[in-house]
Amino acid sequence: MTFTSRSALPGFHLALGYTLVYLSLIVLIPLAGVFFKAAELGLAEIWAILRSERVLSALTLSFGTALIAAALNAIFGTLVAWVFVRYDFPGKRLFDTMIDLPFALPTAVAGIALTALYAGNGWVGQWLEPLGIKIAFTPVGIIIALLFIGLPFVVRTVEPVLRDMEKELEEAAASLGASRWQTIRLVLLPSLLPSLLTGFALAFARGVGEYGSVIFIAGNLPYVSEIAPLLIVIRLEEFDYAGATVVAAAMLVIAFVMLFVINSLQAWSNRHKVRNQSLALPVQGAKQ
Amino acid sequence: MSTTLSVKANHSAVTESAGMRQLLIAGALLFLLLFLLLPLISVFFEALRNGIGTYAEALTEPDALAAIKLTLIAAGISVPLNLVFGVAAAWAVAKFEFRGKTLLITLIDLPFSVSPVVAGLIYILMFGESGWAAGLIADTNIQIIFALPGIVLATIFVTFPFVARELIPLMQEQGTDDEQAALSLGANGWQTFWHVTLPNVRWGLLYGVLLCNARAMGEFGAVSVVSGHIRGETNTMPLHVEILYNEYNFAAAFAMASVLASLALLTLGLKSLLETRHGEALSQSHKH
Repeated sequence: MTFTSRSALPGFHLALGYTLVYLSLIVLIPLAGVFFKAAELGLAEIWAILRSERVLSALTLSFGTALIAAALNAIFGTLVAWVFVRYDFPGKRLFDTMIDLPFALPTAVAGIALTALYAGNGWVGQWLEPLGIKIAFTPVGIIIALLFIGLPFVVRTVEPVLRDMEKELEEAAASLGASRWQTIRLVLLPSLLPSLLTGFALAFARGVGEYGSVIFIAGNLPYVSEIAPLLIVIRLEEFDYAGATVVAAAMLVIAFVMLFVINSLQAWSNRHKVRNQSLALPVQGAKQ
Repeated sequence: MSTTLSVKANHSAVTESAGMRQLLIAGALLFLLLFLLLPLISVFFEALRNGIGTYAEALTEPDALAAIKLTLIAAGISVPLNLVFGVAAAWAVAKFEFRGKTLLITLIDLPFSVSPVVAGLIYILMFGESGWAAGLIADTNIQIIFALPGIVLATIFVTFPFVARELIPLMQEQGTDDEQAALSLGANGWQTFWHVTLPNVRWGLLYGVLLCNARAMGEFGAVSVVSGHIRGETNTMPLHVEILYNEYNFAAAFAMASVLASLALLTLGLKSLLETRHGEALSQSHKH
C-alpha cells in the first residue's frame, strides 16, 4: 500500500476535482456566505444583536436543553446498549432495529407524535398532569424531543465498544477479588468513557441545532421556550436578515467547535481501543 | 464454607444476579417504549382515529397529492446527485493518498453538524432578494428561493454525507488489490470501476442510498426555510403535516405523518435486512 502502487489506479484527478467542486458549491461557499454577511455588519452590531435578551435566552435554551438531553441519553443509552449486548430477552431483534427509528423518522412526525403523547390529554401526559407535571409546551417538552432525537447516537457509539470488550478483563478483575461494582467502576467504565463521551457529544451537537421535532412540543414562548433555530426562522419571516445571520453564525461557531471536539474524542477512542486490545493480550496469555 | 462464598462472589462478579438483570432489561425496555414505540404507535392511532374514510380522503385531496409529488421529485433529484458525489469522493479518498485527506473527510461530514435551519438560511442569503449571489440568476427567469431549486438545494445539503460516509470506510477496507488485478489484465479505468469496484460496494451503496433517501423525503427544517409554504406548490410532505397540524386538522396531519412513518419503517426493515443478509459487504461499523 505504498504511495506509488495506490496512484497506479486511474481517475484520481477527476474524482478529487469533482468532489472538491461539488463540496465547494453546495457546502463551503454557501456556509462562508453566513460569515461574510455577518462581517458586513461590523463587530458593534453583531455584539448588539448577540447580547439582546431574546437571542441570549434562545441560545441558552438550545444549549441547556441539548446538554441535559445528551446527559440523560448518555445514561439511558448506555443502559440500553448494555442490555442489548449482554442479555437475551424476547423481542430483542425488533427493539434493536427500532433504536434507529429517530434516524429514519422525519422530525416533524416525531414532533407531532411526542406532542400528542405528552400533552395534558395525551396517553402519557394525562397521568402526569394531575401530579402537576407539565411536559408539552414547556422547556421539559424540548428535552423529551431531544431525548428521542439523540438516543441512537449514544447507543450506536457505545454498543460496538461494549461488544468488543474482552470479558477476560472482567474475569481477571473478579478473580483478583474485585466486587461487581468495583469491576464496573474501575474496569468497564474507563474503557467505555471515550465512546460514551463521543456519543454524548454527537447527541449534544444534534440537539443544539434540532428544529423539526422541537417546535411542535416546545410552546415557543419568547424568552421561555423559544429555541435558537426557531428565532432564526422568525427573524427571516420579519425580513431581519442581519438578526437571522448573526444567530446562525453563532450556531455555526458552536457546531464547528463541537465537530472539533467530536473528532478529537473519536481519535482518543480509537487509540483507547488499540491500547485495550494490547492490554488484554497478556491476560489471555496468562490463562492458557 | 469459604470456598462456596468465594465461588458465589466470583459468579456475581462477572454477571449480574437474575433479579438485577431483569430490572435492567425492564428499565431499558420501558425507556424505549415511552420514547420510541409509543410515539410511533400514536401516529397510526391518531391517523385512523376518525375512520379509514377520513384517512383516505386526507391522502387523496389535491394539496396532499401535490405534496407527495413534490417530495418524490425533490428526493428523486437530490439522492442521485449525492450518490454520484459519494462514489467520486469515496474513490478519491479510499483509493489514493494525498495531503489534507483527513480535512476533506471532516468537511464532507460538515453538513451533519449544521442546524437544518441554518442549512436553509445559507441559500436564502445567496439567492433570496438582495442575496449576494442573486446577480447570477437575475437575468434569467429561474427562481430558486420559494421554488423547487431551493428545496432541492436544501435537501442536497442535509443529505450530503450519507453515501460518501458509507462508501469511504468500505472502500478503504477493500483496498485496491482487485482494481490492480483488473488493470493488469488489461481493463481500462471505467471497465475496472463498473465491473470490479461497483459490484464490490453495491450493498454498501444501497445502504447509503436508503438512509439518504429517508432523510431526503423527511427533511423538515431546511426545506421549511426555503420553501415559502405555498400550498399545492412548494409544500413537501413534512411541511404539509405542519400546515395541517397548525390548522388543528389533526386527523389529516397524522394521516400524512403515517405515510412518512411507514416510509421510515420500510427503511429500517430494509436496513436491518441488509445488515443480516449482506453484513460482510457493508462497512465495519454496520456489521452485526
